[in-house]
Amino acid sequence: MIRFEQVSIAYDGAERPTVHDVDLSIDEGELCLVIGHTGSGKSTLLGAINGLVPHFTGGTLTGRVTVAGRDTAHHPPRDLADLVGVVGQDPSAGFVTDTVEEELAYGMEQLALDPGVMRTRVEETLDLLGLADLRHRGLHELSGGQQQRVAIGAALTAHPRVLVLDEPTSALDPTGADDVLATITKLVHDLGVTVVLAEHRLERVLPYADRVIHLPGDGTARHGDPATLLTGATVAPPIVHLGRLAGWAPLPLSVRDARRHASALRERLPSVPPAAHRTNAATAKRVLRATGVVVRHGPVVAVRGADLELRAGEVTALMGRNGSGKSSLLWALQGAGRRDGGTVDVDGTDPGKVGAVRARTLVGLVPQTATDLLYHDTVRGELDQADRDGASPGTARALLDTIAPGIADDTHPRDLSAGQQLALVLAVQLAVTPRVVLLDEPTRGLDYQAKAALTGTLDRLAAAGHAIVVATHDVEFATGAADRVVVMADGDIVTDGPAPAVLTASPAFAPQVAKILAPLPYLTVGQVEAGLA
Amino acid sequence: MAAATARRIAVTVLDRLRADRLPRGLHPVAWWLWALALATAASRTSNPLLLVLIFAVLGFVVSARRTDAPWARAFRYYLGMALIVIVIRVVFRSVFASGITPEDHILFRLPHLPTPDWYAGIQIGGPVSLEATLSATIDGLRLACLLCCIGAANSLANPKRALRVLPGALYELGVAVTVALSVAPQLVESVRRVARARRLRAGKAKGVRALRAIALPVLHDALDRSLRLAAAMDSRGYGRTGTATRASRRVTGVLMLTGMAGLCVGVYGLLDPSVPRPVGLAGFTAGVVLSAAGLAVGGRRVSRSRYQPDPWRWPEWVVAGCGVLTAVVLSAGTGYDPAELNPGLYPLQWPSLPILPAAAILAAAFAAFASPPPLTAPRPMVPAVAGAGS
Repeated sequence: MIRFEQVSIAYDGAERPTVHDVDLSIDEGELCLVIGHTGSGKSTLLGAINGLVPHFTGGTLTGRVTVAGRDTAHHPPRDLADLVGVVGQDPSAGFVTDTVEEELAYGMEQLALDPGVMRTRVEETLDLLGLADLRHRGLHELSGGQQQRVAIGAALTAHPRVLVLDEPTSALDPTGADDVLATITKLVHDLGVTVVLAEHRLERVLPYADRVIHLPGDGTARHGDPATLLTGATVAPPIVHLGRLAGWAPLPLSVRDARRHASALRERLPSVPPAAHRTNAATAKRVLRATGVVVRHGPVVAVRGADLELRAGEVTALMGRNGSGKSSLLWALQGAGRRDGGTVDVDGTDPGKVGAVRARTLVGLVPQTATDLLYHDTVRGELDQADRDGASPGTARALLDTIAPGIADDTHPRDLSAGQQLALVLAVQLAVTPRVVLLDEPTRGLDYQAKAALTGTLDRLAAAGHAIVVATHDVEFATGAADRVVVMADGDIVTDGPAPAVLTASPAFAPQVAKILAPLPYLTVGQVEAGLA
Repeated sequence: MAAATARRIAVTVLDRLRADRLPRGLHPVAWWLWALALATAASRTSNPLLLVLIFAVLGFVVSARRTDAPWARAFRYYLGMALIVIVIRVVFRSVFASGITPEDHILFRLPHLPTPDWYAGIQIGGPVSLEATLSATIDGLRLACLLCCIGAANSLANPKRALRVLPGALYELGVAVTVALSVAPQLVESVRRVARARRLRAGKAKGVRALRAIALPVLHDALDRSLRLAAAMDSRGYGRTGTATRASRRVTGVLMLTGMAGLCVGVYGLLDPSVPRPVGLAGFTAGVVLSAAGLAVGGRRVSRSRYQPDPWRWPEWVVAGCGVLTAVVLSAGTGYDPAELNPGLYPLQWPSLPILPAAAILAAAFAAFASPPPLTAPRPMVPAVAGAGS
C-alpha cells in the first residue's frame, strides 16, 4: 500500500538528512506504529506519506514514495486527499469550518462528491465514531477527545485507504486517549484502513500494532514485528522493560500477555518490595497550606472548597480528567489565577494578596503552554531577563545547566524541543527561589527520555527542599516522579494519599507493572529489579 | 374518478407544500432580497409614518424568524446604531444651523460662534428650529431604516450560508472569511492566556515591554496555527485544480477585467447627467454580462460540490416576492398621490398615511408567516470557560 524506496529527506540548512535510505513497505490493513525520540524524524516520515514533505514543508526528498501506486513526487497532498487522510496533533488547528457536520463534509466537498453521497457518508461517520449527538455543535465547544474524533471522522468521510495520525492522543486525558485509540483499532478491524500512527505513550497502542517502525535518531529506520523490534529499542514502555528484565520471549506487549508470563516472576518476588518506588525526600516541614479554596468561572465551579497541605521535599502528582479543576487549583494557589474563597498560606503570606513580584518568590508556576512565558529572541535573553527580575546575574544560567545542560545561548527558544523549553521555563521560574513549584501538565509532548530527565530534575528540586506539585495525566510518569497522589474530580479533591496506595487502588490509575504483578504492590521496574537481586 | 384523482393530486401537492414549510433555514438569498427590497422602499419615502411602519415590520419578522445563533442576536446592535445615527443627525443639524426661514418655529437658541468671512457658508450655533430638527430626525430615521434592513438580513440569514451562495469562482473568498471568523475567537483566547501567564513572570501588564511580551507569543501561536491549518487544508484536498487549462484561465482573466472596466464606465455614465443615459446603461449592462461570464468560466474550473445546499422552494419565492412588491409599490408611485411619500414640513402638519404604500409595507410582514420556522439547535452545554484550563 505504502512503499518507501531508498528515501532520504533533508531540510535546507540541516547538517545531515533527517532520514536517509529508508526502505519499507506497509501492507493494506496494517496498523503501523512509528516510534522514536523527539526529533528523530517521525513527523517527517509521516508527512512524506501524503506528500506534505516536501511539497508543503520544503526540503529535498530523494528516492521514491508511492501510495497505492501514486508517486508523491507528482502528486501534491491535495491530489492524494482521496487516498490518504491525515490527522494532526492538535485537532483544533486543522478545523476549517465551525460545526461538526460541516467539518465532516469539508473534505468531500473538495473532492466534488455528489450531495446525496455526502449526506450518506456523514451519517455513517457520525454513527461510526459516536458523534451523532454532537452533529450541530460548534467545534470549539467540544472536549479534546471529541475534537480528535471529529478530526478522524473528517478524514474518514473521503474514504481514504490510508490514515496517517501524528500523535493523536498527546493532548488528551486518559479517557479521551482511550476513546481515540479504540476508534482507530475499530477502523483497522472493521474497515481495513491502513493506519500509520506516531505515538509517545506506547503503553496504550503497542498491543494493537501489527508492525513497528523504529527511528533510533541517526536517520535510519528499522521496521518489523513489534515484539522483536522492541527487544533492542531505546524507546519502550515499562512492560517491555519488565519483559527484558524477566527474560520473557517473545516479549509480551499487552498486560494480558504479560500476566500469563508473570506467575513465575510473582513467586520469585518477595511479597513486600524491598525498596520504595522512589527515594522519598519528604520532610514534615509544611510550606504551603490551602484551606477551602473555591474557584468559579461564571456559572461553573471549577474548584469547590479544596484543602491542601504541601511539605518541603515532597513531590505530589495532581491527577484527574480534563476539566476536573487541576489547572484552576494550581493557578489559585499561585495567586495569579482566580480565587473566590478560601485561604492560601505560604510562610505566613498569602500569594494571592501580595503583588506578582512577591508571589512568584513564594510559589512558581509553569503553565500548560510553557512557551507563553517566553518572548525573547534567544535563550540568553530569557535568562538575562530572569536574572533582572530578582536574581543575581548568572543564576538562571546555572539553573538551566543543571536541569538541561548544553543549551546554547544564541538558540531561539522556539527552536528548542518541548523538553528543553520546559527546562528553560523552569529555570526562569526557579531563579527567584520559590519554595513551592507547581507544574501544569509538563509531560505533554515529552518522550520517554525527556520524561526521565524531568523526573530527575524534580528529584533534585525535592532533595533541595522544594515542595512540588505536578498536574499530569500520565500514570507511568506519576509513578516514577511522585511521592503522593491527589486525585480531583468535578472540582473536589477525591483522594489524597501516598502514591503506592493511590496508584494501586484502582485499575484506571495503576501503572503497567502494578497491573501485571497485582496483587503484589510493585510499582516500578526498579523495584522488581531490587526484589530479584 | 377524475374528481378523486384531482383530489389525490391536490392532497399530494398540499403535502409537498406543507413539507416545504417544515422547520429549516430559509435560503439566505431570499432574506437578502426581502431586506434589500425593503431598504429600497425606505429610501423612496420620507414619510415618518411609513418609516416607522417599516421598522415595525422588520422588528416583527426578525423576532419571529431568527434563530438563537450568535449572529442572530445582532439585530439589537443595529437598532442601537440606528438610534445613534438619528441622534448624530439631529445634533449636527442643530449645531451647524442652516436654512432657517423666517416662518420657522424657533425652539431655542444655541450660543452663536462667529466664523471668519471666508468660512461664511456654515454657521455654528444660533437658533434651532422645530422644522430643522424634524427634518433631521426624519432624514436620520430613513438612514436608520436602511441600516436596520441590512441588520435584519444579517440576523435572519446565516452569514456563512450566505457566503456559500457565492459563485464557484469566488469560493476562496468565502473560505477566507470563514477561517477568519473561526480564528478570531482563538486569537482572543490566546491573548488572554498569554496575558495571564505574564503575571507568573511578574511582568508589567501595560507599556511597550508588555506589548512585546504578549504580542510575540500570541503571534508565534497564530503563525504556527495558520501553517498547520494550511497543511491540513492541503491534505484535505483544498485547491485541487479541476480541468483548468492555461487558455481558460486567460479567458477568465480577460472577461473579468473588461467586465469590471465596463461596470466602472457604466456606473460613471449613469451617475453623470452629462453622459447620455443609453450610453451609461449599455456600458453597465455590458459590464454585468462580461463579469457574469467571467465568473461562470472561472467557476467551471472549480470542481467542488456543496454539502446540503439550501433549496429554493415556494417560501423563498413568497418571501422575496412580498419584499419586492413593497419596493415596486413605493417606487412606481401609481395608485396614490406620490407627494404623500414625501410630505413637506411647510406648513407644519401631521403627515397623512397613504393607504396603498402602507398596505404594501404590511404585506412584507407576510414573510414571517411564509417562511418556515428556523431550526432550533439543541441547546449547547455550558460553554467552555475561557481561561479555565483543565
